[in-house]
Amino acid sequence: MPPVTITLIWIAAIVVLLGVYLSWTAGRLDRLHARIDAARAALDAQLLRRASVAQELATSGILDPAASIVLYQTAHAARQAEDEQREVAESELSQTLRAVFAEPDTVQTVREAPGGPAAVGELTAAVRRTPMARRFHNDAVRAARALRRQRAVRWFRLAGHAPFPLAFEMDDEPPMALTADGVGR
Amino acid sequence: MRIGIVCPYSWDVPGGVQFHIRDLAEHLIGLGHEVSVLAPADDDTPLPGYVVSAGRAVPVPYNGSVARLNFGFLSAARVRRWLHDGAFDVIHIHEPASPSLGLLSCWAAQGPIVATFHTSNPRSRAMIAAYPILQPALEKISARIAVSEYARRTLVEHLGGDAVVIPNGVDVDFFAKAEPKPQWQGETIGFIGRIDEPRKGLPTLMRALPKILAVRPGVRLLVAGRGDEQEAVEGLPESMRGQVEFLGMVSDEDKARMLRSVDLYVAPNTGGESFGIILVEAMSAGAPVLASDLDAFRQVLDGGAAGELFPVEDADALAASAVRLLGDSDRLAELRSTGSRHVRRFDWSTVGAEILSVYEMVTDGAASVAPDERTGLRARLGLARD
Repeated sequence: MPPVTITLIWIAAIVVLLGVYLSWTAGRLDRLHARIDAARAALDAQLLRRASVAQELATSGILDPAASIVLYQTAHAARQAEDEQREVAESELSQTLRAVFAEPDTVQTVREAPGGPAAVGELTAAVRRTPMARRFHNDAVRAARALRRQRAVRWFRLAGHAPFPLAFEMDDEPPMALTADGVGR
Repeated sequence: MRIGIVCPYSWDVPGGVQFHIRDLAEHLIGLGHEVSVLAPADDDTPLPGYVVSAGRAVPVPYNGSVARLNFGFLSAARVRRWLHDGAFDVIHIHEPASPSLGLLSCWAAQGPIVATFHTSNPRSRAMIAAYPILQPALEKISARIAVSEYARRTLVEHLGGDAVVIPNGVDVDFFAKAEPKPQWQGETIGFIGRIDEPRKGLPTLMRALPKILAVRPGVRLLVAGRGDEQEAVEGLPESMRGQVEFLGMVSDEDKARMLRSVDLYVAPNTGGESFGIILVEAMSAGAPVLASDLDAFRQVLDGGAAGELFPVEDADALAASAVRLLGDSDRLAELRSTGSRHVRRFDWSTVGAEILSVYEMVTDGAASVAPDERTGLRARLGLARD
């Protein structure tokens, strides 16, 4: 075989290998973006659920009027917030929930009202699941960002037009009386 | 929900991870879920109905000790068949970073994957070399769980990313309702763990024992666990050896009865613990706990509120605390009651609900788990015929 043919075969082999690698990496990236989307949807669902229960409790008349107004206002703001203000509004809702449910007695009062146990149960589930959902989301974001920083991904624009993923940062500390550690205190 | 759980270690060898998986599977089955556990096991080992064998684990030297691992094409094929037959809504992989079934199933599956990290190996050279292989597999995991804040921290340092902390579960009532055994009562100190495993800390306790006996000569030490009993008491003066009672390997029932009977449970471990399930079991049984001040133990004991802590490997401090506690029945009663209240947090009803809520979060709107059919080269080039 003339040397030119051998060189051509080598080039072809390298191109094929590179193609397989790029295709595999694109697959990984695609899977990561799908994971971020799913995690973001789960996080949205938890945040919305939390704000809805808070709003319900605020309008139920079980809590004292001052607490009701503050809770209603922040819950409403969290639900209506635009994307840029979302993290701040949700953090404020966390702070308000902590303030309103600082005392285990408040939780007990709500529990004794008609329909109370269900409301407390839903709120507990929501405030516990929000931090979980956020961690899962941010974990997916971190993995995707690490991959997108690789040279091959940048040079060959494997991410396409997908926006660079951003972590969701907020204060999601649940009220002590509603955490698993607070049970039985 | 159809749940598949992957156990990385041999089902026939007792161990913390295996017990955790067994209890989790039985708890979930009790709630009406369909559970299948894939675990390495000899083909002739009797297995519970929900366990599927992934073949025999092969002992290989790994990370400085001999580990029993599953790998190779045969195991990979069994994993794929299990995934295919199970059609699970979610799979829960334990120890996905260990080069065994966990990693194989992570590699072979797609869809909602939850993973629990029990321990984190200190970053080994093998792991750094394997990082490019590990990362594509680990990034498929939708939700990571660490069993303690300590385990989470090591996970974050070694592999990056984040995890939620869900502790190991204990059937609190099983321990709380056990019947105390009269011959194990009356000024007794309990210790459970392998005798010949120095990290369990029996040598520290043996060094402290003479000082305890000097003040309270009636104290007896009950030791439950495998190992050389002669060697364990070698450092002890002849006259004191009678105060140490070896129970050998005990059944779950006897373990609960022993913990119900003792006046004080001592956990002198020197390290290598990522959780400390035995402390939770002791507290469930209402035994006051005196433990070495390890990160994991401190967390389980609520920073020292639910049990007392002493500096690691400090036999004098251990002896002083033990003597003080045994002479203070008010403090013991207080520890019993705070311990029993605190431990509810680790009951399977709480822990199981948290794990289920993780399952629900990752399965919401997602397709079920399926074998990851890697697209062949022909398909990628658009040549495959459907």
